[in-house]
Amino acid sequence: MKILVLIGNVPDTTTKIKFNADNTAIDASGVQWIINPWDELALTRAMELKEAHVDAVEKIVVANVGRSETEATLRKALAVGADEAIRIDADPLDAFYVASQLAAVAADYDLILAGIENADYNGTAVGGMLAELLERKSVSAVSGIDLEGDLLKISREIDGGSQQLNMSLPLLAVVQKGIAKEPRIPAMRGIMMARKKPLNVIAAADAEALTAFDHFELPPAKAACKMVEEEQAASLIRILHEEAKVL
Amino acid sequence: MSVLVYIENWDGKLKKLSYELASYGAQLAEKLQLPVKAVSLGKVDEATLQNLGKYGIPEVLSDTNEAYNTLDNSAIAKALFAATEKTAATIVVMANNNLGKAVSPRLAVKMKAGLVSAVQGLPISTEPFVVKKMVFTSKAFAHITIKSANKILTLAPNTFGLVEKNVETTLTSFDAGLAASDFETTVVSSNKVTGKVLLQDAEIVVSGGRGMKAADNWGQLEELAEILGAGTACSRPVSDEGWRPHAEHVGQTGKIIAPNLYFAFGISGAIQHLGGVSSSKVIVAVNKDPEAPIFEAADYGIVGDVFKVLPQFIEAVKELKA
Repeated sequence: MKILVLIGNVPDTTTKIKFNADNTAIDASGVQWIINPWDELALTRAMELKEAHVDAVEKIVVANVGRSETEATLRKALAVGADEAIRIDADPLDAFYVASQLAAVAADYDLILAGIENADYNGTAVGGMLAELLERKSVSAVSGIDLEGDLLKISREIDGGSQQLNMSLPLLAVVQKGIAKEPRIPAMRGIMMARKKPLNVIAAADAEALTAFDHFELPPAKAACKMVEEEQAASLIRILHEEAKVL
Repeated sequence: MSVLVYIENWDGKLKKLSYELASYGAQLAEKLQLPVKAVSLGKVDEATLQNLGKYGIPEVLSDTNEAYNTLDNSAIAKALFAATEKTAATIVVMANNNLGKAVSPRLAVKMKAGLVSAVQGLPISTEPFVVKKMVFTSKAFAHITIKSANKILTLAPNTFGLVEKNVETTLTSFDAGLAASDFETTVVSSNKVTGKVLLQDAEIVVSGGRGMKAADNWGQLEELAEILGAGTACSRPVSDEGWRPHAEHVGQTGKIIAPNLYFAFGISGAIQHLGGVSSSKVIVAVNKDPEAPIFEAADYGIVGDVFKVLPQFIEAVKELKA
């Protein structure tokens, strides 16, 4: 079995977001780029599956749609333990465009793992679109995945609870929190080995974007917090009722 | 051309979210001067679907095939696509919840539709078609143009509200034409939360952080939630420690919520946490550290001991409700 993990290259989640002068793009100066947190968990789980099922999992490949500056993030994924990386040389214009690019390389993989959300533009669509383009089954909000022979034992969150599923391969799983406990941090040996692992750059396929960013804006500044003394805590409930009218 | 609203059901029931989507679809259609219809997949009784008329939905296509209960992503997308063909829909509206996030991308490929998820409010302009959504986990907003003729919007729950517009609702029986083999998700077991307000549906959320100190200390917090009819939530360290389930984690890598009132007890307010809650209409923070960043995001705050404040809140709410 071959596993493909989709990797998003996003600003570190503690980044103070700034935009360029006409607010049409993020100001990337000083931004630290990381593996999208959900994708990092997906990769971690893929590694755990490979270690637990040495005979079943042949290799783990990571893929990203981006320009050369995203290679540091792919190298990090290799250092965590992926066997190979693919970078499709294109700007990730929108979810449909990115999914169309990935469809050109993803068909051979039995299991595709995608994070449920991207921490930059908070898009949630690439995984589902890729599954549809490949005409394969997908399961979303997956918080647990295990291999039992040819069967995948999956836990997913639904609106109002959770479910245990049995799914067959090939499958695309859109994963969320819980899929792995902690993201794996690359060890020194992993970082050394990552330098020698293949990172294949592929030319972009012909595809179109269906949406475009017009501009960005920062949220309005928040008014100062009204403070209440600890001993007067009960009065705050009255304020919420009478002044804020939310109780 | 028309607007189609996907109304999902939970064991045959609708929720406030369903009526919020109906309101949004009807208002959007009015703005675009297009007809609006809704589609329901699964067994929902007629009287329930007729309630959508109160929010401006004149016709509901209803496919009562019970196999939709498996929430098979591919099958639901197929059925929705059949509904768009039947109604000549060019714009589809659904919830930005687990199911909406799972099926909207598949439907977008079938329709070749530009998809924007977690949209807030009606389009800012219709020609070009521009919508607003939160990006960088609430640190900014983006105005996004959908260039394609077909469009899908998933609505961020509790951001639009209900808009009454009474119309007569006709129910049309609808067969999406799915075969048993279209449903490939085998559900072994389901664990549905009962008797509790779901976090995603909650208009009030009571949340605890590391300042709650231990899993055993949640009793008062749960009591407050109970008497308020609120959902319970927690910060990341709390779910990582296993004090509370992952499903309760709100923040960057957990859930993003937008209740009317959010109580943060013993939560310092790391930027990742604030991203998940800053769309709340009113935030109340209780923390012993006056420098905690949560006070910069909060509307009301108490610097103090959560275990001294909680009993006072509980008493005050009981008095208010009496």
